[in-house]
Amino acid sequence: MSLNYDQAIEKYEPTLGLEVHVELNTKSKMFCGCATEFGAEPNTQTCPVCLGLPGALPVVNKTAIESSILIGLALNCSIAPFSRFARKNYFYPDMPKNFQTSQYDEPICINGFLDVEIESDEGNKVFRIEIERVHMEEDTGKSLHVGGSTGRIHGAEYSLLDYNRAGIPLVEIVTKIVPNTGKYAPQVARAYVAALRDILRGLKVSDVKMEQGSLRCDVNLSLAPSGSGELGTRSETKNVNSLRSVETAVSGEIVRQANRLQSGEKIVQETRHFLEESGETRPGRSKEKAEDYRYFPEPDLVPVVPDNKWIDELRKTLPEKPADRRKRLQSEWSVPEKEMTAMVNAELLDTVEETVKLGADPTKARSWWLGEISRIANERDVVATELISVTAVAQIINLINQGELTDKLARQVVDGVIAGEGTPAEVISKRGLKVVSDDGALMKAIEDAIAAQPDTAERVRGGNIPAAGALIGAVMKATGGQADAAKVRELLLKHLGQ
Amino acid sequence: MSIRNSAAEMAEALAKKEISAVELANQHYAQIEAVDKDVHAFLHLDKAGALAQAESIDKKRAAGEKLSPLAGVPLALKDVLVQKGVPTTCGSKMLEGWRPPYDATVVAKLKDAGIVILGKTNMDEFAMGSSTENSAYGPTHNPWDLTRIPGGSGGGSAAALAAFEAPLAIGTDTGGSIRQPAAVTATVGVKPTYGGVSRYGLVAFSSSLDQAGPCARTVLDTAMLHQSIAGFDPKDSTSINHAVPDVVAAAKKKDVKGLKIGIVKQLSGAGYQKGVENKFNDAVAELVKLGAEIVEVSCPNFEYALAAYYLIAPSECSSNLARFDSMRFGIRIGDDGSKGAEEVMNLTRQVGFGREVKRRIILGTYALSSGYYDAYYGSAQKVRTLIKRDFDAAFEKCDVLVSPTAPTTAFKIGEKSEDPLAMYLNDIATIPVNLAGVGGMSLPCGLADEDNLPVGFQIMSPAMKDDRMYLVGGALEAALLSKWGKPILDFAPRLAGSK
Ligand SMILES: [Zn+2]
Repeated sequence: MSLNYDQAIEKYEPTLGLEVHVELNTKSKMFCGCATEFGAEPNTQTCPVCLGLPGALPVVNKTAIESSILIGLALNCSIAPFSRFARKNYFYPDMPKNFQTSQYDEPICINGFLDVEIESDEGNKVFRIEIERVHMEEDTGKSLHVGGSTGRIHGAEYSLLDYNRAGIPLVEIVTKIVPNTGKYAPQVARAYVAALRDILRGLKVSDVKMEQGSLRCDVNLSLAPSGSGELGTRSETKNVNSLRSVETAVSGEIVRQANRLQSGEKIVQETRHFLEESGETRPGRSKEKAEDYRYFPEPDLVPVVPDNKWIDELRKTLPEKPADRRKRLQSEWSVPEKEMTAMVNAELLDTVEETVKLGADPTKARSWWLGEISRIANERDVVATELISVTAVAQIINLINQGELTDKLARQVVDGVIAGEGTPAEVISKRGLKVVSDDGALMKAIEDAIAAQPDTAERVRGGNIPAAGALIGAVMKATGGQADAAKVRELLLKHLGQ
Repeated sequence: MSIRNSAAEMAEALAKKEISAVELANQHYAQIEAVDKDVHAFLHLDKAGALAQAESIDKKRAAGEKLSPLAGVPLALKDVLVQKGVPTTCGSKMLEGWRPPYDATVVAKLKDAGIVILGKTNMDEFAMGSSTENSAYGPTHNPWDLTRIPGGSGGGSAAALAAFEAPLAIGTDTGGSIRQPAAVTATVGVKPTYGGVSRYGLVAFSSSLDQAGPCARTVLDTAMLHQSIAGFDPKDSTSINHAVPDVVAAAKKKDVKGLKIGIVKQLSGAGYQKGVENKFNDAVAELVKLGAEIVEVSCPNFEYALAAYYLIAPSECSSNLARFDSMRFGIRIGDDGSKGAEEVMNLTRQVGFGREVKRRIILGTYALSSGYYDAYYGSAQKVRTLIKRDFDAAFEKCDVLVSPTAPTTAFKIGEKSEDPLAMYLNDIATIPVNLAGVGGMSLPCGLADEDNLPVGFQIMSPAMKDDRMYLVGGALEAALLSKWGKPILDFAPRLAGSK
């Protein structure tokens, strides 16, 4: 009989460790001047340095160092006064020099932490994730193995190599082991990656697009019998590429390892690959025979020695911490937690904030951006802010608040702006969208409706208020939707003695 | 004007339009044609490229454009520096047929200076060796005695100078590869301060030791070439952002009065040929006559230099040469569609790398392995620090240090090729300079009595004080020239067919 998650977590205590690789969004690569744009034709963003041609030498990208220091500061790390690059020697066809230039025992940032909050049975709970190190390295190229059944190098007929990605600056953020998460391990892991993503986005140092691989997560997990205080053998699940997958990978590994332990088998120290479709992991190479990377200090580079003045200047540029900002906005706008999360996940928090700054009501700003506009954006597979400007949305919301537009009319204005018919004011005048607020005209329509449905009117007079809906509907229809429904309701009820 | 003139004299004749750059290049190609079948200094001649460059210089000169001092003077380039579109093999089968898509910074500077690059010179494979016997394309022969080695790894560049195939050459020096060939061919070679000349485009053997430098037949020519190739390069992180000392002025000064010259106790005695020591001492006596003050200094850690070198250099080489995997450049063996990437890589390396290169890759891989790193690579780096301190202490007491460049004169081809340790000992006096990153020059100081073969005199300067080598070298060269009555290369037997 196999254990499910709840049973697994009752018997075993998980210990987490997370390694996050972030592709920096510097204009040029880590050690050469090549462009870093995503999606270019293969091998068009290369040069002797990132192709590892004989004789070529690396030069460190200063912006990459700056970004790394910013990340370290935002994660409460100490910035090393002296750090170095090393060579990590191993063979792989998409790694041009057959060594990766990476920081090893002398990383640029050490000993930080990040607090993350999750919803627990006892309300919100904060976990402090300790950061061991933040270090710089270069990305490898990409291989495409053609032929064969597995898409892996073994069994392939041939392989295609694209070195555009080779040498793109990467920052690796490594946590210390995260103990005592208990059954919340999957949520803690997810919350950590999400919080980290928000910080990196706020720092503007990376695109942090998990689906494009600019933020990749490796999950280390081990189990020990509950209460034993031991540390079990860990597995390392590579390339978990969405927040949901982080959660699934952790819970999946807990169940898999628990069942192995339960049936008396040992956990093998190995690298596992996360399968996005099934949410399961499959074994990769075993790490029992540890690979010897023959690290040694990179002789082609000089040590990184940032002076305190530079670090202080960078510290001054740090933006408000995402968690603080979220709390601040939530209280300023009085928005429920769930809606804040929705805005963050939809990457629309900045947009909503800008709309509010232009005078729009926060609740309406949120509901327009996340509702109607996101719906159209999803249909067309574009980003919401590409459809319509913040200014236009703010104007429309303000017109609603002034009673100049109804929600229904506003939707037409949004349509018109998106269709390129001009500013909201222009769309309103071109389409003749105006709220009918003239009481006389409305009263005429109300009387017509009552005359057409005398029975309904009688029921309303008798106290059946919900029945008024049908009459209001008729009035709205008669005015072509340009009446303010609230106003119609008010006049109608008054007219019927309610 | 003849090919036996100095580069400075050639430059003057060019400036006076007594000869054109095209004529000068052709004279040298004629000499190469005549003697290189015996000497084998060159691996590749870029006649079309060289003559095009010469022609463009002649046109510019005719148009009255201001040109660099060495514009139009021919040069031989060690095949370890990449030149765009011109085959670059590093003396290895591995890179057969590879034409680099870019110029080394040194090459770009040579081109900018209007220097005419005749071709690429032979060398020990990937600069690993002291005799040029480790070239995959056959050894170079010493113009003084064709049965002997021209030194290494830059034997081709030194032999080209001594055989009058070129008046200027570029070498690279990781443990003595410029200076020891200069010593055994009676030419001049300088390893500049580490970082003084860009390494960008120098195919790396040992990154923390490699240094490109100038070679010529006179101290002044060497200084002029030094001036043309030195200086900060943003493409080389280890390049020094500091003004290049005025080496040309130093070479011309010829005044060593009051200068303190240190003789390194550890670089003499056991292992040094008698005739080498005698000629070295005679040269020191000349310096005394010129008014220099001689100080004996002790550098106790030099004793460990060779051992440290043979851990650091192979370690770095094992990593630097990993890129030769048959994937992107050079030869590929066994790719018949039935073998995997690693198998093809193995087959390629079996054929592509020679014995000495394999030996050093294995040595370095071992020295860097986990569990051995501290004992080998780590200890070697500590020795390196101690050697630097020895130099620092010695330079407190004197302006330059001197020693014989190599412990012996040129040995016979084949004599030491089965005994790597004996071969390694050739670099015993040159290696400390690389480990400390200071400057080193070799210039001829006579012929050994027992074999009538050239002896090299080494001058070592503190980092970034390269001008001191030229100051002492220029003065000593002038004194010896007046003593001998004619340039030392005029004592060499004439090569068959030589112009
Ligand atoms: Zn590049």
